[in-house]
This record gives sequence, C-alpha cells and structure tokens, in this order.
Amino acid sequence: MEQAEKHPSYLQHHFADMAQQTDAAKLGMWVFLVTEVLLFGGLFGFYTFFRAWYPEMFMEAHKYLDVTMGTTNTFVLITSSLTMALAIRAMQLGKKKQTIAYLAGTLFFAAVFLVIKYFEYSHKFHMGMLPGKFYTFDGIQAANPHIFFSVYFTMTGLHGIHVIIGMIIITWVMIRTMRDEFSPEYYNPIELTGLYWHLVDLIWIFLFPLLYLIG
Amino acid sequence: MEQHNTATPHVLPLSLYFTVAGTLFVLTGITVAVSFVHFGEFNIIVAMLIATVKASLVALYFMHLKYDNKLFMAVFLSSLIFLGLFLTLTMTDTMHRGDIDPIKEHPIKKEAIIYDK
Repeated sequence: MEQAEKHPSYLQHHFADMAQQTDAAKLGMWVFLVTEVLLFGGLFGFYTFFRAWYPEMFMEAHKYLDVTMGTTNTFVLITSSLTMALAIRAMQLGKKKQTIAYLAGTLFFAAVFLVIKYFEYSHKFHMGMLPGKFYTFDGIQAANPHIFFSVYFTMTGLHGIHVIIGMIIITWVMIRTMRDEFSPEYYNPIELTGLYWHLVDLIWIFLFPLLYLIG
Repeated sequence: MEQHNTATPHVLPLSLYFTVAGTLFVLTGITVAVSFVHFGEFNIIVAMLIATVKASLVALYFMHLKYDNKLFMAVFLSSLIFLGLFLTLTMTDTMHRGDIDPIKEHPIKKEAIIYDK
C-alpha cells in the first residue's frame, strides 16, 4: 500500500496527481466564469440596445453620475486585484503571513469600494434618480431617463453583489490560510478565489467607461 | 508554447505584477482624460479599446492565462464569442424595427410606463 501513503490529504483519490487536480479545478472555475460573463452579457445587451435607441438621453443622464467617485473606485478595485494576485504569489512561495496580509488588504479595498458605492447610491436615492417607475427626478429633459437609471442600478447592483460574495469567499480562504490548510503544493482555493475576484474587476473595467464616461 | 506543470507553481516576478498594475492605473487616467475630449462617435470606440487592453492585461497576467493551460484561454474566449453573437444577432432586430412596417407605439402592459417629456 505504498501508493496510498504517498497520497497527500489534499489530493482527491480520483485524480492521478496534483497537476491533474489543479487543472481540473481551474477548468471548472473558468467554465463558471463563462456563465458569469454571459449573465452580465445580458445586461450589457440591455445597455447596448437602449443606448442605441436613446443616445441623447444616455448622454444627458450619465452627467448625473460622479466621475470622481467612479474613477476612485476603479483605482480601488485595480489595487484590490493587485493585492489578490500578490496573495497567491506569497502562498506559492509559502509565505503564510504575507498571504494573510494581502488577503486582508484585498478585503479592505473591497470594503472601500462598497463604501464609495454607498455614497453614490444614497445621493441618487435622495435625488429620486431611481429605476423604472420609482424615478421622480425632474432635472433631465430627454425622454425616458428612468431607463438609464434602471441600467445603472441593475448593472452596478449585480456587480456590487459580486463584490460582497467575493469578500465572503476571501474571508473564508483567509481563515483556511490561518489554519495552515494551504502550502506551495496546495493553494487551489486561493487561486480560484483570485480568478473570481479578477473577473469582478474585469466587469468593472467595462462598466466604468460605459456608464460614467459617455462622450 | 511550453506548458507549465501546475503542481510546482510558476512564480512570476514581483516587478511584473507592479508593472501591470501601474499600466492599468495609467490607462484608467487616459480613459478618463480622453472622455472630456469630444470625438463624437470615436469616444465610445476609444473607451472600449482602452477597456479591452486593460481587461486583457488582467486576464493574461493577474489571472495567469498567459502561463496556464491554453484550454482555459479557449474556454474564456468562447464566452466572448457567444456574447458577440448574442449582441449582434439581437441588434439585427433592435436596430431595424420599423424598417419595413412603421411601428405603432403602445405600451405592452399598463404598468410599463414610457414617460413622455
């Protein structure tokens, strides 16, 4: 039974070796990310079709989004992506404390992103720039400005939910790192969390110019 | 392209991560600055080009697509191809409504208010 003794606890018995297990896990994550792209894709379609129908309204309504806050949030999210990538690199080198610090940093920047988003949302709630039939703002002359805010709130809202889910998963892998469950030989959960977190960043990279920087 | 054995991690140099992040910062600055210059139709094209470059940097380096099994890149690109198909085919409808028969506008549901201003 020498074979069984060589088998590390983190290697599932149905995989031949770690390389196969890691590749299978990553492939599964990428397939999930494909479904995420298509989920947001529907909303990017919502945006595209309505912007094509109401170009002047989009132009006028987007001026009520705060470019400074949007830009700040873009920098914050890119920084959080960097710390996430560095957390994985630290674990590849077996530096547990650094990994925990970088994951904590990622959580911090994610929280900053949500706080800034909260200020943006509360301002729009206050002004009555709300989606669909809840829209009561009076300052936009072009027809159907409520559609722009429907697009804005569904896209940034779904993205915000992803940020919150990401924070929960990052906290979970951080606790597992503290419990010494990961090593340079096995850190798959951190890497897959990283892939998810970078996708959240990727989506924001497109949302930001489309919503905040229209012409 | 050489495939790396994922069992022994392929550690990228620290400087690479900081260069990528720095480039992303610079590109964000450029895309904000360019948005205040009015090129008309070209604004959206420039903004999307910059966003695509930024997204590629994140995917290739932060998500390790450049170094990992090329199957992952194929899987990810397939989602973008299908997204392109989905948007293009839908636009053949939405962009050409009323071309043959004029559209008679009326709300589908009473609650679906289209406000006139």
